Amino acid sequence: MAILINERTPIVIQGFTGKIGTFHAQDMINYGSNIVGGITPGKGGVQHLGRPVFNTVKESVEQLGAEASIIFVPPAFAADSIMEAAEAGIKYCVAITDGIPTQDMMKVKNYLKNFPEEGRMVLTGPNCAGTISPGRAMLGIMPGHIYMPGEVGVVGRSGTLGYEAADQMKALGIGISTSVGIGGDPINGSSHQKILEKFEQDPETKVVLMIGEIGGPQEIEAGFFAKEQMSKPVVAYIAGLTAPKGRRMGHAGAIISSTGESASEKVEQLLDMGVTIAPTPSAMGETVAKVLASL
Amino acid sequence: MDIHEYQAKNILAGYGVKIAEGGLAYSSEQATQRARDIGGNVWAVKAQIHSGARGKAGAIKICKTPDEVFSAAEDLLGKTIVTHQTGPKGKVCSRLYIEAGTDIVRELYLSFLIDREYERIVMIGSSEGGMDIEEMAESNPEAIIKIYIEPAIGLQDFQARAMAFSLGLPASMLSQAVKLIEGCYRALRDTDANMLEVNPLVVNGHDELIALDAKMDFDDNALFRRQNISELRDKSQEDEREMAAADRGLSYVGLDGDIGCMINGAGLAMATMDMIKLAGGEPANFLDVGGGASPERTEKAFRLVLADDNVKVMLVNIFAGINRCDWIAEGVVKAVKKIELTMPLIVRLSGTNVDEGREIILKSGLPIIMAETLADAAEKAVAARNEVVAKGQGE
Repeated sequence: MAILINERTPIVIQGFTGKIGTFHAQDMINYGSNIVGGITPGKGGVQHLGRPVFNTVKESVEQLGAEASIIFVPPAFAADSIMEAAEAGIKYCVAITDGIPTQDMMKVKNYLKNFPEEGRMVLTGPNCAGTISPGRAMLGIMPGHIYMPGEVGVVGRSGTLGYEAADQMKALGIGISTSVGIGGDPINGSSHQKILEKFEQDPETKVVLMIGEIGGPQEIEAGFFAKEQMSKPVVAYIAGLTAPKGRRMGHAGAIISSTGESASEKVEQLLDMGVTIAPTPSAMGETVAKVLASL
Repeated sequence: MDIHEYQAKNILAGYGVKIAEGGLAYSSEQATQRARDIGGNVWAVKAQIHSGARGKAGAIKICKTPDEVFSAAEDLLGKTIVTHQTGPKGKVCSRLYIEAGTDIVRELYLSFLIDREYERIVMIGSSEGGMDIEEMAESNPEAIIKIYIEPAIGLQDFQARAMAFSLGLPASMLSQAVKLIEGCYRALRDTDANMLEVNPLVVNGHDELIALDAKMDFDDNALFRRQNISELRDKSQEDEREMAAADRGLSYVGLDGDIGCMINGAGLAMATMDMIKLAGGEPANFLDVGGGASPERTEKAFRLVLADDNVKVMLVNIFAGINRCDWIAEGVVKAVKKIELTMPLIVRLSGTNVDEGREIILKSGLPIIMAETLADAAEKAVAARNEVVAKGQGE
């Protein structure tokens, strides 16, 4: 099962023929992802990495039945590419691009609301490492080999911290159903909660690890959801205990601008909602192990 | 990116927002001349630093004579001003804004910002101006009015009217209030600002609405398409090291501790700092070297961290994904040799080709302390730091 992607999902690459797009497309192909083609406006008709290049996303959907896309388009044009994917009928889109203007993302989110909720494209990112269903498909830029297939769903803002978690779990013999990066931007495609909803529905996922950080309301919103509507246990770690107020910690969205956005405040609220907290970043794996053992 | 009050006011004036007459001064003589040019008999001499809460810090002085303007300018120019927003280091004032005094009848609050929860621009108002909005949100949340703006159609007249009435403005002032509110909104939208705050927005004795203070903060990710805004950057107001880092494509935030950090990825960097704290130490900085930690970048990052005199030990934590540990290890070894690092260095490598990476570091003959896990790295860094401090005290 897994969520969002599996070994059959037909994937296209937006920004296929560029240096970064090419590199990661090859990496995803090597992992076994079903990459069927790509899009570079103006280069339609040629073959790249043994797959067809299209001018528009729509053509790739019509001719190859593309269902998922991944975006490696530069920040100035990325919002446009996301909207093109939605319009073309792509079901799941991962935006890797870092540096998309916030107002562009506001526009994107508003645009997506034009589609009925039922068939609306799911967007994760931008500014993320992508999504991987270990052993099946990788739609991202992560090192695929550190992920072991299994029963833990992972959702997080940070790429490398997600790798750290996967590594810790693998060392304890714990595998992952799907790991989803939602990205470090202030306005993102899917919140922690949106991904929790999907893990709750996935029969294969037994426990969810949520890796949050300072800034914004999404971890708390997810905590409410976990408490009210989830049958599966949620483990969380919130990064940024030492982050001072009002300073941006790398991610555009990692900034404490108002009450309730610091790591300690989030941890306190999540504990109240019955979420199990990994006390330190090096205890993510063992905390998940304990929760799994108690099932 | 932040800008100065006078720059924000210039932008607002371009959108039809009324501001008091004023001028910029770089010297006390200029300040007096500006006051004379403006005329009248009351002036505000305002330090231009990237911070709010300047009034309480004595950085805004009301003067009744040109002589008073002169001495206020003498006092403020070149001074390091500490407000509760600048941090203990404060910010140096090298520009003054001299403004005609305003006869204030009422003080109001108006701001626009991007709300992360609603993913829209929100307009915030309060009839109690001049106060810190955060404090007001705590003490008197009912006094705060919030109106959310639909992104596709933008701010509508009825919303601007609703805000004007909520601010308690009389019907006679409605049309100028709507003009000002809509001007502020367009200024934020057109410049890719994250935040625009007019605090206070005042009503003067002639029933005019005037933006008495103005603050704007811009989305760094959008500066590429806002050339006229990026030109307003005042580097003297930014932390020197953070600026140097940004110019090198590194993300750095200076902190008060003494354990220097170099990590790839913002989340892992924050997590490593947390781990240092939990192990009993204090991080000296946040530093994300990014995914491609090449030898050149590694060297630059080392130099940047070591430019902080407080740093007593250095911790490197790299999770190699696409890049391999052996490649990163070579970069670290090269950088350490080149800059002749003398302080203890703790390195933790993880991910692709980790054994080859460790081998390279061990074979280098450098006194690098290797760590296995995140916890191990933090503990070793704190232990090394304590040893350095103990030695220092022994001497």
